Amino acid sequence: MTTAPDTYNYDPTAPADRRQSGGVTGWASRYVDERTGISYVVKEFGRKIFPDHWSFMLGEVALYSFVIILLTGTFLTFFFQASMAQVTYDGSYGPLKGLDMSAAMQSALHISFEIRGGLLIRQVHHWAALLFVASIGLHMLRIFFTGAFRKPRELNWTIGFVLFILAMAEGFTGYSLPDDLLSGNGLRIIAGMVQGIPFVGSWIEWLVFGGQFPGTAIVGRLYTLHILLLPAAVLAFIALHLVFVVTHKHTQYAGPGRTNDNVIGYPILPVYAAKAGGFFFIVFGVVMLMGAFFTINPIWTYGPYDPSPVSAGTQPDWYIGFADGALRLMPGWLGGPGGIPMEFTILNTTYSLNILIPVLVLGLFIVVVMAYPFIEAWITGDKREHHIADRPRNMPGRTAVGAAGVTFYAVLWAAASSDLIATHFMLSIESVITILQFSLFLAPVLAYFVTKRICLALQKKDRQIVLHGYESGRIVRLPGGEYIEVHEPVDEYERWKLVSFNEYEPLMIRPNAAGRIPVTERARAVVSRWFFEDRIEPVSSTELEVAHHH
Amino acid sequence: MATMNSDDTKRRKRGRRSPLASVALVLTGLLITGGAYALMTAASPANADVNMASAQSISQGKKLFAANCATCHGLNLAGTSSGPSLIGVGAAAVDFQVGTGRMPLAQDAPQAEVKPPVFDETQTLQMAAYVASISPGPGIPASSNLTLTGDATKGAELFRINCAMCHNVAGAGGALTEGKYAPNLMKTTPAHIYEAMLTGPQNMPVFNDANITPQEKQDIITALKVQNQAAGVGGFDLGSLGPVAEGLFLWIFGLGAIVAFTVWLTAKAN
Repeated sequence: MTTAPDTYNYDPTAPADRRQSGGVTGWASRYVDERTGISYVVKEFGRKIFPDHWSFMLGEVALYSFVIILLTGTFLTFFFQASMAQVTYDGSYGPLKGLDMSAAMQSALHISFEIRGGLLIRQVHHWAALLFVASIGLHMLRIFFTGAFRKPRELNWTIGFVLFILAMAEGFTGYSLPDDLLSGNGLRIIAGMVQGIPFVGSWIEWLVFGGQFPGTAIVGRLYTLHILLLPAAVLAFIALHLVFVVTHKHTQYAGPGRTNDNVIGYPILPVYAAKAGGFFFIVFGVVMLMGAFFTINPIWTYGPYDPSPVSAGTQPDWYIGFADGALRLMPGWLGGPGGIPMEFTILNTTYSLNILIPVLVLGLFIVVVMAYPFIEAWITGDKREHHIADRPRNMPGRTAVGAAGVTFYAVLWAAASSDLIATHFMLSIESVITILQFSLFLAPVLAYFVTKRICLALQKKDRQIVLHGYESGRIVRLPGGEYIEVHEPVDEYERWKLVSFNEYEPLMIRPNAAGRIPVTERARAVVSRWFFEDRIEPVSSTELEVAHHH
Repeated sequence: MATMNSDDTKRRKRGRRSPLASVALVLTGLLITGGAYALMTAASPANADVNMASAQSISQGKKLFAANCATCHGLNLAGTSSGPSLIGVGAAAVDFQVGTGRMPLAQDAPQAEVKPPVFDETQTLQMAAYVASISPGPGIPASSNLTLTGDATKGAELFRINCAMCHNVAGAGGALTEGKYAPNLMKTTPAHIYEAMLTGPQNMPVFNDANITPQEKQDIITALKVQNQAAGVGGFDLGSLGPVAEGLFLWIFGLGAIVAFTVWLTAKAN
């Protein structure tokens, strides 16, 4: 950092309001800069280059929805009472008048019906929360399928994944706060899952709920998590996430002039500052429109929580759906009723495998997704830095694994709405569940093979285009009588995109210095063969040469 | 128009040649057809002029029953191998099953579907009168029990405790086993809701007057209807289906719109 020489020569005889060039703006910026040295930051950060692609803006959507959530959430805290004290409703919503309910429910109704703009803000808060998790999901899919998680960005993938889980926790704690019938049913399921842990389940449930479910403590506790601990954690992780984005620089897609060592795009100042600022208002506008025109979570219809009624069609918000679906798909007996029971008692301890198995499967799924960058790095053995994002087709193994994972999640997700699928498509709920149970295992396998074949076929097509150009549809007869179809050669810019991708081969295992092949290396070779056995190599320069003379 | 002030023109501009005549004609036509339609469809069973006790209604009902129902339910209402006995069902069950179009059954399905009724109000009531004359049972509710003057708070609570586990807390309906389902109640008439509670059609349990009193039934109906009117408080209700509809809406329309904006923002000028 170079400090500009101080332009002021102290002269007590000079008039105090010695004018400098630049008017008020100049004076203000000098004033700030001389006291903070911020010009260095503005220069460095303002010249930061970001590449331009629609899929690079998805993470921004998540950030902006979080800002909307913070703003609307602050408004809601002014009026919400996180208390389960029993009160009698005396607000303006007729069908609940005179009913006993918790202060939390009453204040949520008060926000909806009496606070000016309260219902709008409540709905905007809830829609923004759904959008927050959805945009994180879409952003993660983009990162996954373009391989943007590779070195040096593995840690940032993990941080992002922690954010995804924190967002789900934020969502669930918020969903439970109004203490309405729907969210109470959801909490009951969570209480049941906690109880399902052998030996300590009941104790933990009493600890969490401060006694037997539902108790009088849970709303207050969830509120503390929802507005204090979790938002602080989300903010900290967002800050970390963004610091890493700046440190690593943004990935870009292969294109003319774009290499692993540069970033081609526009600077933050003035282009992206303006674009991102405008985009924030677009996102805010879309969420506002949804909040204004579409009901979300009509707690006045659900009524206050009471442990006895359970409504048909009770579902969690979409992002918890996959967990609800896992519980719905888990059979109570293996091999149908009368088969091996999944819940049994041995020596006064109940083992609820019907709860433990789904929880373990989900936990495993989450850990595998979170650790995927490290798993892939281990398979490829690639220690290089990668700043060029892959086209999904150029990594058929990864894309197929991703498609299988997405399908697995989608089946669980669909299972959470099994009852609505049954009523709306006139099916029997048993067959919906059975089909989804089988799909959970078979559909990912099918998705894997179909995706892999599609990727390889697309790669073949690209190769064809690079070597022989596009078919023009123009048939020409040569003087010798031969007919040929004229092929239009692909232009150089396009070709750059088609030929620049990494080439991996199945690992050849060799003995190490001690002359042995360790088991881990054997395993790596097996996985690597599975990943890279079927592959299309990028067109090499020699091949291009030959094709040109052809 | 100042030049056209002869008597002839003036007369022409009045009466059936007035420029407003066609508008008035269309308006009158619409009012008559619309009014007639409203009268015919809005007429509740209690309004239809049928004396349930008269021998004429019963004999008319008997003819209709013999022609349309006896194949399955038997000429003496004792039922056959293809349909259940109607002994003890009373008039309310007939009015519900026939009035909602569930009977006559269209096909052998997990449960009878609601469809446009085959018989009009009078015919339905005549059949009800006939069935009630042979096998007395719960009768058609008095119209005083169907007004929306009950206690909505109590009704909503009763609905949550007794009905929501199948019909959903908003009355949006829900799935039952083997392809059966609890139907959506949002468009069901007060009389039909009352009769369903009284007679327990299909898979529904019977909520007799000792279980849920007539006053409580009226409370439930009031709550359902008031809740329906209030459903639009927060905007379009997305079918009152809860988080699944909300999630799908968010992913398809919310995130869809935003992705469209990202594509627009990063589009290169041509």
